[in-house]
Amino acid sequence: MQTDPDIVVIGGGNAALCAAMTAAEAGARVLILETAPKPYRGGNSRHTRNFRCMHSGPHGPLVESYSEEEYFADLLKVTAGKTDEHLARLAIRTSEECLPWMIEHGVRFQPSLSGTLSLARTNAFFMGGGKSLVNAYYRTAAKLGVEVLYEAAVTHLELEGDKITRVDFTYEGQKKSLSPKAVVVASGGFQADTDWLTRAWGEPAKNFLIRGTPYNRGIVLADLLDQGVESVGDPTQCHAVAIDGRAPKFDGGIVTRLDCVPFSIVVNKDAQRFYDEGEDTWPKRYAIWGRLVAGQPDQVGYVIIDSKSLNLFMTSVFPPLKADTLEDLADMMGLPPDKLRATVDEFNAACGDDSNFHPTELDNVATTGITPAKTNWARPINEPPYYGYSLRTGVTFTYLGLKVDDHAQCSTASGPIQNLWAAGETMAGSILGQGYLAGFGMTIGTVFGRMAGREAANYAN
Amino acid sequence: MQTDLIQEARRQAEVCNACRYCEGYCSVFPALHAKRAFSDGDITQLANLCHNCRGCYYACQYTAPHEFALNLPQALADVRVDSWESHAWPGGLGKIFQRNGVPIALAALIGFALLFMIARAFGEEGGERYYSVVSHGLLVAIFAPAFLFPLFAIGVGLRDYWKTVGGEKVRLAHVTQAFGAAANMKNLKGGHGDGCNFEDEDRFSHARRAAHQLTMYGFLLCFAATCSGTILHYVFDIQGPHGLFSLPKLFGLPGGVLLAFGTAWMASLKLKSDPELAAQNAWSGEMAFILLLFFIAMSGLALFVAGSSAVMPTILALHLGAVLAFFLLTPYTKMAHGFYRLAALVRDAQSGR
Ligand SMILES: Cc1cc2nc3c(=O)[nH]c(=O)nc-3n(C[C@H](O)[C@H](O)[C@H](O)COP(=O)(O)OP(=O)(O)OC[C@H]3O[C@@H](n4cnc5c(N)ncnc54)[C@H](O)[C@@H]3O)c2cc1C
Ligand code: SF4
Ligand code: SF4
Repeated sequence: MQTDPDIVVIGGGNAALCAAMTAAEAGARVLILETAPKPYRGGNSRHTRNFRCMHSGPHGPLVESYSEEEYFADLLKVTAGKTDEHLARLAIRTSEECLPWMIEHGVRFQPSLSGTLSLARTNAFFMGGGKSLVNAYYRTAAKLGVEVLYEAAVTHLELEGDKITRVDFTYEGQKKSLSPKAVVVASGGFQADTDWLTRAWGEPAKNFLIRGTPYNRGIVLADLLDQGVESVGDPTQCHAVAIDGRAPKFDGGIVTRLDCVPFSIVVNKDAQRFYDEGEDTWPKRYAIWGRLVAGQPDQVGYVIIDSKSLNLFMTSVFPPLKADTLEDLADMMGLPPDKLRATVDEFNAACGDDSNFHPTELDNVATTGITPAKTNWARPINEPPYYGYSLRTGVTFTYLGLKVDDHAQCSTASGPIQNLWAAGETMAGSILGQGYLAGFGMTIGTVFGRMAGREAANYAN
Repeated sequence: MQTDLIQEARRQAEVCNACRYCEGYCSVFPALHAKRAFSDGDITQLANLCHNCRGCYYACQYTAPHEFALNLPQALADVRVDSWESHAWPGGLGKIFQRNGVPIALAALIGFALLFMIARAFGEEGGERYYSVVSHGLLVAIFAPAFLFPLFAIGVGLRDYWKTVGGEKVRLAHVTQAFGAAANMKNLKGGHGDGCNFEDEDRFSHARRAAHQLTMYGFLLCFAATCSGTILHYVFDIQGPHGLFSLPKLFGLPGGVLLAFGTAWMASLKLKSDPELAAQNAWSGEMAFILLLFFIAMSGLALFVAGSSAVMPTILALHLGAVLAFFLLTPYTKMAHGFYRLAALVRDAQSGR
């Protein structure tokens, strides 16, 4: 681009691409600044698999119907009411028209994946997952004339009065500046900045693993918050799940997920149980275990199962540790063997009749007389070989973000910023106060990304 | 079979089994996700179900530089080529030709030379056109075994393959299902019908499928031309050369054109594609095989054009020499893939998914 672009979009994930394509279709000249190198472009979006979509009848890959009310009720449940109803309903209602739009822009869907039948009605799965979605969007964006710079890290947006007047970034080792007419921020949360996480969470955060991209370090978010741009959300809130403790620090993605907790006992490093492993079906409890593990010493948990449960859950990327006795397993996992033996003995003694055991439903096969109880799927751990996994807290994304209105526009205490919009993870806190609904991240990014692109183009043209 | 190649494919299959994002692309993934652990035979079968469309590479969030370093198309291609090599009978021949272009070219040269020598030595006076260069009896004496032996060798290889992958008794329904999938190259469309990723990174296109269709149907038409010529000769006692509206010509002419176009297109696509996503060190063998087919098609067409001119005997010797090499090498070159792929599809049909 010889002259400055009309619109600079910061970030290269789903929200950024939706904004860029929409703005380019409205006739604006758009430049994407993506801090990641090309193989890692697409942030957390490249790890996703589906998006949650309202629909009044069979819709693309989705079966039956999923009404606004039901969708919103699901959201209320997981957020315990901590959501902005107006923005949430806007996202939900718009999600229906997003699906055909996504197909037009190159995304392909597939039937819900094996092992995820429960989502066939509510969530549309991307064929090939999020990276293929991102690839398709980059192709479409290129056709629309959108330019992309990789390894272009935005460092500062200059806010003068109610306008962004300059975008500073580094590219090919040099400091650069641009003065576009409008800016869309879609650069994600700050979860990859361990220091920031530690400030918010305390020391335990150092042991957290980050499930997605190492590039979402909240640099633009911090820069804008420092300049008085309005924020929303609690810095200690994030979506975190319990994942395999052997996962890499960053970018382990979906394959590090462990589904075995309901059929196990989970102990801490002192070989003590600390929570009801059978409280509810795993998709409903997946997310709370991230916090539970974060609350244990060294932020680590250990899952113990026996051979009769090994084939009841989906495999994950690392095979479990395996031993013929509990003591050997404890040794391999660095747990005190005698204490593990005692915990298991106590648990086994509390198990009763398990003839109604049913792995995919709440079966009320519960323990009696121990705390914490295990209220479903409680079968004694007594058939060698024994298997063990370690658990750590895996952070998906943070919620503290930019506050936007129903036009995706940002503001300061003195009113809207004329030419700044935000979309995706970086403003998800505007809708998600706490908790998370599977597939809602991509809904927020798509809905608000398109909106931000449209508004920015309107302003720039 | 090379255990390190199988082990690497197994490692990657285990990552995919925990991920499943690519489930809709092809028949590899449903077969993969139906298992929790993978025997060597399972991996060999998965490898022969894969047709290297590369969709699952460009879609994968775990490709290098990520430490999981996924490259499923290459891992499966390595096992696949290795499985053709190690099931080839007699043993060892697959290793010579499957990955190497030079021996294929040498074989073709030997074929040419042989045919020239024969033509010189035994060329019969008085026969008409083709048979004035090489006597028909001699042609049959050379080509009948050259055709039957490879078929037998392929049969031995396939029987071995069937054992490896734990195949069951084959029923008609399995075979029809497999041929149905092969006939329209269902899997090459990609799960969404946009084709595969081959010549231009993650862009989906039907080019490879189309080139492969041209090649396959071109080849089958040429083959039908030969068969119909043989039948005309033996059953109806009508001898070549045949008129333009005879069956051998009606099959052969379009067949030759399709085959020439298909292989030329294939070669150009292959030049553009990323060799890092194909079997390691197999490029020259595959390319030589495509070029050999191209040469057969072009020399066959040239023969038609040459009529009874002075260059005809030379062209005929080149053409027949190449055909001879092609037939004999069938079990040991890329040509084997068609047979193994069909076997894999039949095996997959047996799983009843
Ligand atoms: C393993 C995993 C699985 C998930 N699965 C799902 C799912 O199935 N469905 C769902 O809805 N959600 C899912 N999510 C959540 C989902 O990924 C996010 O909600 C969504 O991707 C957010 O999109 P985004 O565009 O806002 O952010 P991202 O996709 O993370 O994009 C942010 C971009 O900004 C760039 N960036 C950051 N800082 C800068 C800077 N200073 N300068 C320039 N560029 C910068 C990054 O490189 C990145 O490209 C998942 C998350 C993870 C980690
Ligand atoms: S190739 Fe990659 S994205 Fe596809 S299933 Fe395997 S691990 Fe998942
Ligand atoms: S390369 Fe294509 S055919 Fe092979 S496994 Fe991947 S998606 Fe399937």
